[in-house]
Amino acid sequence: MTTDAAAAPKIRIVLAKLGLDGHDRGIKVVARILRDAGMEVIYLGLRQTTDSIVDAAEQEDADAIGLSMHNAGHLTLAPAMMTALHAADLDIPLIVGGIVPDADIAALEAAGVAAILGPGAPAEDVVAAVRAAINP
Amino acid sequence: MSGVPVEPVYGDGPLPGQYPYTRGLHTSGYRSRLWTMRMFAGFGTAEDTNARFKEILRNGGTGLSTAFDMPTLMGRDSDSPWALGEVGRAGVAVDTLADMEDLFADIDLGQVSTSMTINGPAASILAMYVAVAEKNGVARSALAGTIQNDILKEYQAQKEYIYPPRPSMRIVTDMVKFTTAEMPKWHPISISGYHIREAGSTAAQELAFTLANGFAYVEAALAEGQDINEFGRRLSFFFNSHSDFFEEIGKFRAARRIWARWMKERYGATDPKAMMCRFHTQTAGVSLTAQQPENNIARVAIQALAAAVGGTQSLHTDSYDEALALPTEKAARIALRTQQIVAHETGVANVADPLGGAPYVEWMTDEMQRQAEAVFAHLDELGNGSILEGCYAGIENGYFVGEIADSAYRYERGVNAGSRVVVGVNEFVEGAEDDDPNLLRVDPSTEDYQRKRLEAVKHDRDSIAVSAALAQVTADAEDSTVNLMPSIIDAVKAYATEEEIAMAMEQVFGTYVEQAIV
Amino acid sequence: MSIGNLDFDELVAAARGGNRRAIGRLITMVERGASEADQVTDATHSHTTGAHIVGITGAPGAGKSTLTGQLTRLLPQLGRRPAVLAVDPSSPLTGGAILGDRVRMDGMAGEDVFIRSVATRGHAGGLALSVPGCVRVFDAMGFDPVLIETVGVGQVEVDVVGAADTTVVVVNPGWGDAVQANKAGLLEVADVFVINKADRPGATDTRRDLELMLDLSHVSGQEDAAGYRPPILMTTATDGTGVHQLWDAVLAHHHHLVSTGQLAARRISRLRYEVTNRVEMAFQSRIQQAAHHLELDPGQSPTRLAHDLAQQIGTISKSARGDA
Repeated sequence: MTTDAAAAPKIRIVLAKLGLDGHDRGIKVVARILRDAGMEVIYLGLRQTTDSIVDAAEQEDADAIGLSMHNAGHLTLAPAMMTALHAADLDIPLIVGGIVPDADIAALEAAGVAAILGPGAPAEDVVAAVRAAINP
Repeated sequence: MSGVPVEPVYGDGPLPGQYPYTRGLHTSGYRSRLWTMRMFAGFGTAEDTNARFKEILRNGGTGLSTAFDMPTLMGRDSDSPWALGEVGRAGVAVDTLADMEDLFADIDLGQVSTSMTINGPAASILAMYVAVAEKNGVARSALAGTIQNDILKEYQAQKEYIYPPRPSMRIVTDMVKFTTAEMPKWHPISISGYHIREAGSTAAQELAFTLANGFAYVEAALAEGQDINEFGRRLSFFFNSHSDFFEEIGKFRAARRIWARWMKERYGATDPKAMMCRFHTQTAGVSLTAQQPENNIARVAIQALAAAVGGTQSLHTDSYDEALALPTEKAARIALRTQQIVAHETGVANVADPLGGAPYVEWMTDEMQRQAEAVFAHLDELGNGSILEGCYAGIENGYFVGEIADSAYRYERGVNAGSRVVVGVNEFVEGAEDDDPNLLRVDPSTEDYQRKRLEAVKHDRDSIAVSAALAQVTADAEDSTVNLMPSIIDAVKAYATEEEIAMAMEQVFGTYVEQAIV
Repeated sequence: MSIGNLDFDELVAAARGGNRRAIGRLITMVERGASEADQVTDATHSHTTGAHIVGITGAPGAGKSTLTGQLTRLLPQLGRRPAVLAVDPSSPLTGGAILGDRVRMDGMAGEDVFIRSVATRGHAGGLALSVPGCVRVFDAMGFDPVLIETVGVGQVEVDVVGAADTTVVVVNPGWGDAVQANKAGLLEVADVFVINKADRPGATDTRRDLELMLDLSHVSGQEDAAGYRPPILMTTATDGTGVHQLWDAVLAHHHHLVSTGQLAARRISRLRYEVTNRVEMAFQSRIQQAAHHLELDPGQSPTRLAHDLAQQIGTISKSARGDA
């Protein structure tokens, strides 16, 4: 016997920062933005490894992963995350936020990053980018 | 400017240099001494930074200010998996005493004042500095400088902590006791609001949380038997200078007034020097935009002007291209010239507290103070009459982090909605296509070099001596009556690495994982 | 392993084979409710082995996540394979949630520990159905014990407590805490009390207060018929002090339940609650649908109108059964 009508599927997204960088102002704002858009944010915060993020994404059956980057880490960290996702056969989109110079965008996209959001991107853009990455 | 003679100060009522120092610490303001133009430096290997230091000294500077790379700031070595991609990037890489020796090679540490911006592993870095000096025949007592060592704000804002708050405070107070006894020219804590502001707090929160942390350190030091005057006179502060001109000035003035009153009335200081809120200022990095970066030159100029009118003792001005990457040399030079223009062309340095008495500025000063006092009252209650306990409680229950996150969110919403204008970002955006991102890329070979250097040091050192020294650090960590500095100094002299020393203490102190509060 | 192309049976097989994402997907299906949840229930209920279900609740800030994290470090060392369900409230305004509990557990957890965060999702009785469903998945996949960690506030707490064999209530030292616990009704549901942050001043006073309240409940006859009295443990979750003793107390309670036959009784009662809930929810939506279409004449007495509605629903279900 079925119970109540199935609720609209909730988007579940893991948010994290890789490496030692401790700037979490941006990622916290994004967490709120996504919560306010009705999403469930699994907030891992600082000092995560690709392993810890993959583990969490699996157990949480996350629809996407959002990484926040500063200090020019994107060129090493984003590809490292993509590699880890491939190795785990985890085919969910990776969204990168933070300071990414235009010159590097192509490289990140080539590595498989689904979307790149600049610092201070408006809330609507953030939400739209996540939704589009999950349902292209 | 017009040849009209100008008084050092104007207005009736309280004067600069008079308790509670609202109008400034010195009667004749900048006439007696201009603020120090202390520009942050540090990148790549110790040798690279040493070259930069020597240049600064050659150009007449007497103050060195050191930035460390991320692994060093977090107590990790360059060969740690956590260090990947970070070695030498945000500052200089220091793993062992050997790097510190390179960093200060051919520099007479008895003749310079060095500021070191590091917190979690501060004890090891200070120990290395002392060891280098001693190797070169400079006594500890001759060493002048500052180490940031402000661990409380790490839990609130910057997140460069290693251990939980209470054991970290023990390290801080050990360093205070050590410097009081052996390094009287050294400032053992630079109580910082800059990072709190960068994390998204308001000006009043920056003021309140910073001073509250200051009170907490005072209470901790007093509990350890330190003399309020002896210790108080060697504290200094580090504030942000943001874009709302009058708010910043009010903030700086309120800081002086509050600090003086609390030190005297609550903590019993009698030496005026212990009541003085000396501070370094840095213009707000978070206000720099990647869009139309040249606009940042104007922003920095206004922020520098606020700091000067606000009476800062030393100033760092950001480079216009810092929103994207480390500054290029040209941008760094423009930043310095900006300060020099404020200092020498605007005339603001001729009069102390030139805006004192202006109705808006006085109101703003009072308002900043009012908001700060409300925070102190809350922490006092949280801590049952102790600001120190209130700070621990506030860290634990997420009060500071939550307040800052709320303010940051409100700010972003304002920018998003357009109610808070950021020129070039949400308004006046024509001209974005002209942006020329001249980005400084750090040489990736630094990481290789540093790893090899570390390997060589580990190979050449006496590993038995190192193990013994580290064991002593752990033993001393277990005994709260013992000061950690001597054993840490011995460990660095044996060429133990920063991470090894950090781990030796971690065994006793544990690690800290913060709550997820967004 | 990519689970996107698997059909349901393959998904279940993958989960039973230990694929963590497959397990995570089954939990997601339970959370979604309706036919997906039913599918998972039907596929998992026969594989359950009666894992010990432990609820961990208490006021915000009491240190539940840290304590749960310490348990996930300890339990593998004792040969157990724990799963954690960390429940956090959804925003009533937006329906979204920040799920941040796993942060403090992740670093501590042993190798084979499964941690899943779920949000309450706000819909009426939702947790009451999804928690048993999630627990059932974990049990079927061989996890034991299943720890359900949540803030003890109102309905959430009731739903969690209802799902657990052993309920641990966590408080902190402070004169108010024991009183608060009593007011929140936690006294009645607690099988084990924990005073966390026991290194703080006031710990022994709080313990005494709790003991007094337990004495009173003994006098008033509220206590367990077999004379079980909830023990009070002292822990410092941040460094692990007292955690092993806490687990021993939880085991002792489990043993008590088993030896008095109460475990089986509680589980039947939970099954009854779950089944009742499901039927209630199904009827509720039918009632609402029918009421929506009902012609309402304000001139009629509400008694009459209700009678008509009940008739109508009765008619619907009769015809669904194929009766005349």
